[in-house]
Amino acid sequence: MSVAIDLTMIWAFIIAFAVFVYVVMDGFDLGLGILFPLFANKSDRDVIMNSVAPVWDGNETWLVLGGGGLMAAFPLAYAVLMPALYTPIIAMLVGLIFRGVAFEFRWRTTQSGRNRWDLAFAGGSLLATLAQGIALGAILQGIHVEGRQYGGGWWDWLTPFSTLTGLCLLVGYALLGATWLVMKTEGEVRDRAYRLSWALVFAMLGAIGAVSIATPFLSVQYAQRWFTWPNVILTAPVPIAVAVVTAMLLRSLANRQDYRPFFLSLALFALSYAGLGISMYPYIVPQSITIWQAASPRTSQIFMLFGVSVLIPLILAYTAWAYWVFRGKVRPESGYH
Amino acid sequence: MFEGWDAVVLARAQFAFTMSFHIVFPAFSIGLASYLAVLEALWLWTGRDVFLNLFQYWLKIFAVAFGMGVVSGIVMSYQFGTNWSAFSDKTGPVVGPLMAYEVLTAFFLEAGFLGVMLFGLKRVGHRLHFFATVMVAIGTLISAFWILSANSWMQTPSGYAVNAQGQFVAANWLNVIFNPSFPYRLVHMVLAAYLTTALVVGAVGAFHLWRDSHLGGPRVMFSMAMWMATLVAPIQILAGDQHGLNTLEHQPAKVMAMEGHYQSHKDGAPLILFGLPDQTAGKVKFPIEIPKLSSLILKHSLDAPLAGLDTVPRENWPPVPITFWSFRIMVGIGFLIMGLGLFSLFERWRGKLYQSPLLHAYATAMGPAGFVAVLAGWITTETGRQPFTVYGLLRTADSASPLASPAVSSSLIAFVIVYFAVFSAGVIYILRLMAQPPHPGEPGLPSDIPARAAGITPAAAAASAEGAVG
Repeated sequence: MSVAIDLTMIWAFIIAFAVFVYVVMDGFDLGLGILFPLFANKSDRDVIMNSVAPVWDGNETWLVLGGGGLMAAFPLAYAVLMPALYTPIIAMLVGLIFRGVAFEFRWRTTQSGRNRWDLAFAGGSLLATLAQGIALGAILQGIHVEGRQYGGGWWDWLTPFSTLTGLCLLVGYALLGATWLVMKTEGEVRDRAYRLSWALVFAMLGAIGAVSIATPFLSVQYAQRWFTWPNVILTAPVPIAVAVVTAMLLRSLANRQDYRPFFLSLALFALSYAGLGISMYPYIVPQSITIWQAASPRTSQIFMLFGVSVLIPLILAYTAWAYWVFRGKVRPESGYH
Repeated sequence: MFEGWDAVVLARAQFAFTMSFHIVFPAFSIGLASYLAVLEALWLWTGRDVFLNLFQYWLKIFAVAFGMGVVSGIVMSYQFGTNWSAFSDKTGPVVGPLMAYEVLTAFFLEAGFLGVMLFGLKRVGHRLHFFATVMVAIGTLISAFWILSANSWMQTPSGYAVNAQGQFVAANWLNVIFNPSFPYRLVHMVLAAYLTTALVVGAVGAFHLWRDSHLGGPRVMFSMAMWMATLVAPIQILAGDQHGLNTLEHQPAKVMAMEGHYQSHKDGAPLILFGLPDQTAGKVKFPIEIPKLSSLILKHSLDAPLAGLDTVPRENWPPVPITFWSFRIMVGIGFLIMGLGLFSLFERWRGKLYQSPLLHAYATAMGPAGFVAVLAGWITTETGRQPFTVYGLLRTADSASPLASPAVSSSLIAFVIVYFAVFSAGVIYILRLMAQPPHPGEPGLPSDIPARAAGITPAAAAASAEGAVG
């Protein structure tokens, strides 16, 4: 029995890892789309697109792994969460379609056509981000389960809390996008990205603060998890670390160290994510289904673990190589198409 | 718009619609990725510019098609959960790992090397670039392996047990993966993807040769595509026949639907060429048939008895008219492709391969035929499996999410509008690229960003590599 428990924990970490990698990698990618309307100049937009064109497809593959992996490792959670989040998921998919095709389409058309696909890129990114943030809030606030199925209504996902998390994720992804541009561009684009980053860091702090304050009010369990002894020993370092990372982030922006802000923003995301994990554990559908109740049978867990333990390191290695090939600043004069 | 429609019917319509759009892109990119790898290999081997030009030319088309395949594929991976949550809960432990392996072994491989393949020729050198192209091509084939394994398991389930929660659980993974219909389906589908791509490449070549028979690039691609049609179409017909015999063994009701055999035949079943299947009356009206030929094809004996749907409980009947007609469309196109291959062989033998307007017109007209055949084939096999999602074990009606009709109908409308708007634009862009012949010195996608941009320190570059690891 103890071995079975361990496998389920391992799988919870693997799925959490896949989702986190997705959030930060497609996060900056979607963030560029959110910031796109602020850069009206065509050559600026080309630079922004080129900075991510060779890697966006790999970034979104983590989303497919998150969905497919959840179905394989926690089929019950997948079966309950997807209908519960029906509308946000469909909205996210539609948003991802519009922004995904824009990468190629905008090079294959006239000026007015390009403006249309630029709009699709920005609007799609905005919609997908908002939908993901709302989905997160909808999961946190709890989902009504009956038997082995979702038992709630079709608008349960929409609440002030889920709207808040939706807006907060917009801020977060925009921060990742802005600091990515600081790292990957030069000149006027970088200057503007620096100014945006300043504003977005403070907005991000507000977002983290707002969600952190609102979450304990959702359920007694969240409050107990965070504020009772001895849990505090585990939970107190999280807000302290957030403060330290934010200070470092602001300093790196002030010193104009192009490469640091992006990685410090990633650290902020990692801390927020750890906070979410602390709140949710051991539930995969909060208040209803634990990871053990949702877990796949052992044969499935073991079969996939073989693959994951070899393939994930391999994937990380060649993904890193792909980023390495396209390292450095992207310049407007460097033709892409 | 869909008042009075059952939520399950709407969910099926949505799956059929999104799947039909999606399947077109992988079918094309499986074949095209392999073709690009062959072109690059020929370029590296012979050093002839014409191969590089063709590579760059098709690479641009590949980039547009691949992007559409990715985004329409993400929709598929979430639709199991949104619209078919009962199916996901029950089959997740078996089908889920197969799809997870597809992501891990195929999607990441494709995505990881796609950027280098599209934009990296001047950054990584020829050999490493060729390696990236080959990885993408292999990725598309691995993807076909896993997803067809999952689909085949739903058609011919094996190696499973059922647990206390009513979930399918793998008892033997090898039996799950290599279930009875999988090898046949894999061969049939990969050959279909290759033929589909050959028809597209051949049509583009023929279209430009039709206008100017001296163009070097179109000559090379047309000749290559016609060899493919000549050699592979007969193999595909044979593979399809074997696949059919396998279906007869494991899913007899599907073959009855394909053949239009509502009635059993004790001494030799006729091959119904055409007719109007009437599901309520349980018979094919106005049949044009050849006596005993069906028994000869399926049982290799003129007088062999063949059971009909009258031996199957009515609630287990597949929708015969759809299965019957889509099967005929697929087979008809198969023979048209073989005809094209033979015609091209004849013109090649006469030395007129590049000067035959009739052949070029035929080949141009056949450009989209592969897609139609692939869709017809999938409609045949998927409707022929009904009314089950896991054949004989899990009914489609018991697989759906607990959704109300308005939720499913509004998402269906959203997908229809978005898909037509987005993918028709994509198809127009691809056709525009194809309307131009490949030029000498064909500009590709590869960026000419200098590999070592000024001001990049190793530390900074390492930092951006870390970004990849997240």
